Amino acid sequence: MSLHKVKVFTRFERFWHWTQMALIFTLLFSGAGIHGFHHLLNFETLVWVHVISAIGLIILWTFAIFWHLTTGNWRHYMPTTDGLFKVARYYAWGIFRGEDHPYRKRFWHKHNPLQAMSYLFLKVALFPLLWLTGLAYLLYGYWGQGALTAGSLEWVAVIHTAAAFAMAVFIIIHIYLLTTGHSFREHVRPMITGYDEVDLTPAEEAYLEQDEPGRILE
Amino acid sequence: MPLRVRGVARSTSGMLLCVNRIWLEGSPVKNSVLLHSGNSKRGRSGIFRIVFCLAALCGGCFAGLAHAENNSAPPGSMAAVEGTSKTAVELGINEYDVTAKQRPVDKSVTKLGETPENKSTTDHSRLKELQGPFSSGPEVTRACLGCHNKAGDQFIKNKHWTWKYHNDKTGQDLGKSVLVNNFCTNAAGNEGMCAQCHAGFGLTDSRTYDFKNEENIDCLVCHDSTGSYYKLPPTRGNKACAIMFQGKPPIDWTRVAQSVTLPGRNNCGACHFYGGGGDNVKHGDLSSALFNPTSEVDVHMGEDSENFSCIICHVGEGHEWSGSRYAPIARDTTGKGKPGLPRQTATCESCHGVQPHPSSLLGIKLNDHTDRVACETCHIPEFAKGGVATKIHWDWRTAGRLRNGEGYREEGYVQGNGEPRHTYKSIKGSFRYAENVKPVYKWFNGTEIYLTVHDKFDPKGPVEINHLEGGPDDPGSRIWPFKRMETIQPYDKGNNTLVYMHLWGDDKDALWGNYNFARAIRHGMDDFNLPYSGEYGFVKTWSYWPIVHMVAPKEKALACQECHARNGRLAGLGGFYMPGRDHNQWVDSIGLLALLATLLGVLGHGALRILLAKRRKSS
Repeated sequence: MSLHKVKVFTRFERFWHWTQMALIFTLLFSGAGIHGFHHLLNFETLVWVHVISAIGLIILWTFAIFWHLTTGNWRHYMPTTDGLFKVARYYAWGIFRGEDHPYRKRFWHKHNPLQAMSYLFLKVALFPLLWLTGLAYLLYGYWGQGALTAGSLEWVAVIHTAAAFAMAVFIIIHIYLLTTGHSFREHVRPMITGYDEVDLTPAEEAYLEQDEPGRILE
Repeated sequence: MPLRVRGVARSTSGMLLCVNRIWLEGSPVKNSVLLHSGNSKRGRSGIFRIVFCLAALCGGCFAGLAHAENNSAPPGSMAAVEGTSKTAVELGINEYDVTAKQRPVDKSVTKLGETPENKSTTDHSRLKELQGPFSSGPEVTRACLGCHNKAGDQFIKNKHWTWKYHNDKTGQDLGKSVLVNNFCTNAAGNEGMCAQCHAGFGLTDSRTYDFKNEENIDCLVCHDSTGSYYKLPPTRGNKACAIMFQGKPPIDWTRVAQSVTLPGRNNCGACHFYGGGGDNVKHGDLSSALFNPTSEVDVHMGEDSENFSCIICHVGEGHEWSGSRYAPIARDTTGKGKPGLPRQTATCESCHGVQPHPSSLLGIKLNDHTDRVACETCHIPEFAKGGVATKIHWDWRTAGRLRNGEGYREEGYVQGNGEPRHTYKSIKGSFRYAENVKPVYKWFNGTEIYLTVHDKFDPKGPVEINHLEGGPDDPGSRIWPFKRMETIQPYDKGNNTLVYMHLWGDDKDALWGNYNFARAIRHGMDDFNLPYSGEYGFVKTWSYWPIVHMVAPKEKALACQECHARNGRLAGLGGFYMPGRDHNQWVDSIGLLALLATLLGVLGHGALRILLAKRRKSS
C-alpha cells in the first residue's frame, strides 16, 4: 500500500456536489421564507424559487442515481463497522490530543466509515423523505377531494419541515468537519480539482498506471 | 303661523341657484329653523359641498344664508343648527330617492347591444299597440302582454314578483315577504314602503294582494330605457316621509312604453344598488358606483373595459335569471360546459372555466387553489369601492330621538365621492359606514340557514341572521369573501325570537312617525298572528353578504402573502393547514433547538481543539 495523488472525484461528481450545494442552500433559504422565518422575498417568489430548485435537484439526482449505479460508485457508501470506532474515538478524543486522523482513503473507500454512513443516511433516508413529502406538498392540488385534503397536508408539512431541519444540521456538521485534519483548504480542494491522497494497493496502482494514467498524478 | 322653509340646492361653480321648495305646516315649532344639506342630486361629480341655513323669519319673510365649504372638510363639520348641534338636521326620509328620480341611462352591453347598431328585430315605438295614450302602468302592461302572451305567466313565478323562495335543500320558506334582515328588518306588513322595489303595481299588503293578476306586473321598471320611469312607495306613510313624494314629474307612459329594451344597469341598479335603505347600504358590492363604473371599480362592468350590463352574467330565459342570494353555487365544477353551449348560471367558472389561470408554474399553483378558494376571494380584495360607502353597523336602540318634537337625521360621514351619508336617523337609529373594505372570509358550501321570525335563538348573540354551512372537511365548500353586517335590533325578549315591526303607515303605531317600538312591534306581530311576549329588547345580529361584484383587474388580485402569512387575511379560519400561516410548534421548537445545539456543539468542539493545540504547543 502506498499513498498517491489520485483523481477521486470525477467531473460529474464535482458538478453534482456543487450544484447540489447551491440548490440545497436555495431550498433552505426559500423554504425558511415560505415557512415564515423571514420575509426577504414575497411568498410568490419564494414558492417559485423553491419549486424550480426542487425540480432542478430532482433532475440532478436522477442523473446521480444513474451515475452511482452504472459506474459502481455506490460501493463507496457501503456501510462498514471496520474502523468506525477508531474514527468516532478520534473526533471525540484523539483530535484534541493532536493525533492524526486514523483513516486513510482507499481507492474504493474514499470516505471514512462514519462519513460514508452519514452520506448513506442522507441518500437513502433524508433526501427521499424531503423529495417525497415535497412532491406530495407540491402536487397537493391533485390529491383529490375528501379526507386527504384537510388534515393530511399538515403531516406532509410537518415531515417536510422536520427533514429540512435535519438537512440544516447535517450541513453545519459537514462544513465544520472540513476544518478538522490538516486544513479547510485541503479538505475542499479535492472537490474542486478532483485529486486527493489515496492509499493504493499495488494492483490498483498498476491498473491506474496501465489503464487510466491521467487519474494518477504521483 | 310658523313657516318652514326647505331648500334643495343645486350647485354650479359653488353658486346658489335656486330654492325650489317651500311648504307651510301648522306645527307649533318655535324658531322654526330648518336646514338642508347635501342631496344626492348634487351627485357624483360635485366637488363642492354646500350647506344652507335658511332661517325662517316671522310673517313669511325669510332671509337666506348660504355657506359653502369644500370637500376636504371633515365629517360632521357642517353648519350649526339652532346653535347647538354640529351636524345638519333634515326632516323626513328619502331612502329610495334615486329609485324615484330620473336616472342616468347606461350604454352597457346587453345581448342585443354588443355592437353599436341595434340588433333587435322589433322597434317598439312603431307598434300600433304602443301608440297609447296610456295613463297608468297596468294599461301598459296589458299592451305588453297582448303580444308577449307568455311573459305574464312566466313572471308571476319569479322572485321579483312573489317575494318568496323555497329552499328545497333546507326546506325553509324564504323571500322578502317573510324574512327579517338586520337592516330595515321586515318587509312583511311594510309593503306600503318596501314594495317600491316590488316589480308590480299596488302591492300594499301581501296578505291580500292578488299575485295572480298579471296586469299588475311592472314591465317598465326593468325594461324602460329612458331613465325617466320611476316608482314611489305604494302608500304615503307618515308625514315624516312626505319628501319622497315631492315634486315628481308625471310619467310619460306612452314614451316609456315605446322605449322598452333589455334591462340595463340603471334598471337593475335602481333597486339592487339601494337595498337596505340607501346607496350600497346592504350588499357592499352593489352601489351607484356601478352605474358608470371604471374598470378599477369593476373589471367586468367598467365602461373602459367590458362594460357589461347585469344580464350579461345574470343570464336569463323565460323571466328567470341565474344567480341566487338564497342558494348560491359555492363551487361550480362544470365550468364553461360544452363548446358553444351557454350555461344558465352566473358563476365565474361559467365563463372563465374551472382552470382559469395560464399553465405557467404560478398558474398551475393558482389552479390548484380553485377547488378550495372561491375566485372572488382573491379577485375582490376590497368592496365598497368607487367612492360609495356601505353600512357596516346599525344600532336601532338610538332610534326615536326628537328635536322640537320631530324626528330628524344627521350627516356625519362624507364618502369618497364627496357625498354625505346619514349617521343618524330618528326613524332608524345610528349607523357606521366603511369604504374599500376587506371582506371577512368563511368556508361556504352554498347552504344558508336563515333565522326566520319563528326561530328561537340565544339572545347573548351575536345571532346569525343567515348561518353559512361548510368547512374545510367538506369538499363542496370553498373559502368565500363576505360582508358581515352587524346590527343591534329589536327582538322579543320573552320568546327569544326576531320581531316584525310596523314601520310604515299613516297611523298611531307606525314606528316611522311615532317612534314607539312597543306599539310598532305589537302591531307588526299582530298583523301576522305571531306570538309576542309583550316585552322587547335589543340583540346583536350578524348577517353575511357574499361579495361577488366589484372584481378587480387581475393585476390587483390578492398577492399570495395576503393569506400565506402568520397574520394574514385567513388568520381566523381554522381546521386546515396552510403554508406560511401554520406551523407545528413542536417541529419548529425542536428543529431550532437542534440547529442551535449543533452550532454550539461544533463551536465548542472547535474551541476546545484550538485551546488544547495551543497548550500542546506551549508545553
